[in-house]
Amino acid sequence: MKFKRDMRSGASGATVFLLILAGLAAVAASPHARGAPPVIKIEKPGQCVEPTALMRRDHMKLILHQRDQTMVRGIRTTKHSLKNCIDCHASPKTNSVLGKEGFCESCHTYAAVQMDCFECHSPSPRAPPSATKPLAVRTGAAAAGPVAAARVEGAAR
Amino acid sequence: MSLDRRSFLGLGAAAFAGAAITPGLRLIELVQARSPEEAASTLKRWGLLIDTTRCSDCEVCVTACHTENGVTGHGRPATDAQWIRKVTLSDKRTGHAQALPLMCQHCEHPPCVDVCPTGASFKRADGIVLVDKHTCIGCRYCVMACPYGARSFIHETVTGQKPDVPRGKGTVESCTLCVHRIDRDGQPACVDACSKDGGKAMVFGDLNDGAGELRQRLRREPSIQLRADLALNTGVRYQGL
Repeated sequence: MKFKRDMRSGASGATVFLLILAGLAAVAASPHARGAPPVIKIEKPGQCVEPTALMRRDHMKLILHQRDQTMVRGIRTTKHSLKNCIDCHASPKTNSVLGKEGFCESCHTYAAVQMDCFECHSPSPRAPPSATKPLAVRTGAAAAGPVAAARVEGAAR
Repeated sequence: MSLDRRSFLGLGAAAFAGAAITPGLRLIELVQARSPEEAASTLKRWGLLIDTTRCSDCEVCVTACHTENGVTGHGRPATDAQWIRKVTLSDKRTGHAQALPLMCQHCEHPPCVDVCPTGASFKRADGIVLVDKHTCIGCRYCVMACPYGARSFIHETVTGQKPDVPRGKGTVESCTLCVHRIDRDGQPACVDACSKDGGKAMVFGDLNDGAGELRQRLRREPSIQLRADLALNTGVRYQGL
């Protein structure tokens, strides 16, 4: 009721309003009010595997689904895999998605959502594909035999 | 020349029989390399044959495994993880000693899967026994159930994991038969290392593939399963023990 009375008396009402505005501005400008805003630095610009809005809201669902597909069924498509996220989003400076300005950690810290992925998973990208290529070719005695040959052909396809 | 009904049928039957027993003609086609979109199939069962007579003093399989999978220790042998280890068997009467690599035997009926209270320990369709570390609660029932002592518990925080091989404190782990390499049509790191730098004692292959080297060897030569009395039907077989 007291506030209403103030509002009715013209000049003092305007002062209170201005003070509130100034207070809001100060809170918004203060770095301690809500913690540092996240650093969203896109290292490789371009389209993500899904539209940005979907990725912001549902990236955890995609990763969770892919996790079970890969681990239980051995499906290793890269589109929604955690490794693919890391390969693209790791900072070239730290070679990681963690750290104060890391793509994953900065946002998760801001949103106060704990992320357990990196207690087991590596936050660094894989070695470039050339380093893993020779795996497809069998060596030694195991390379003999029709099945191995078929497999090598299959890998070349 | 005209054929009567009887000789026509006879010729047809002969042609069919000829086609049916033609060598190289398979009614069920061999499984080809798997694409990344394709799930692991029960048509395959991955296995190993280890010839202990060719297994020398070296430890290249152990080193290769631990390098490939980023398995590091803290210099505490009692608690450090071991995915594969060299075991020496000696006959006390004769003094004859043999060394062999021992790892998860990838059983058809794995006791570790039977005892797991959360379903974290599981067998993949192609016979590889794995731990789902997302659901593992670290109770270590499987460590006790495994007759081969193949499982290890991670006691301490892990850093510097390999991108293909996640490992973390509070979970149980063991040999994965290098499942990440198998899914890319490779073979386990221990087998690669043994055939390159070791005694060429290990053969990797599909136990269901009758034409493969593994099955050919198993058919020709005697081999055993460790603790065959437990009827676990292991995927890893040994020779020369």
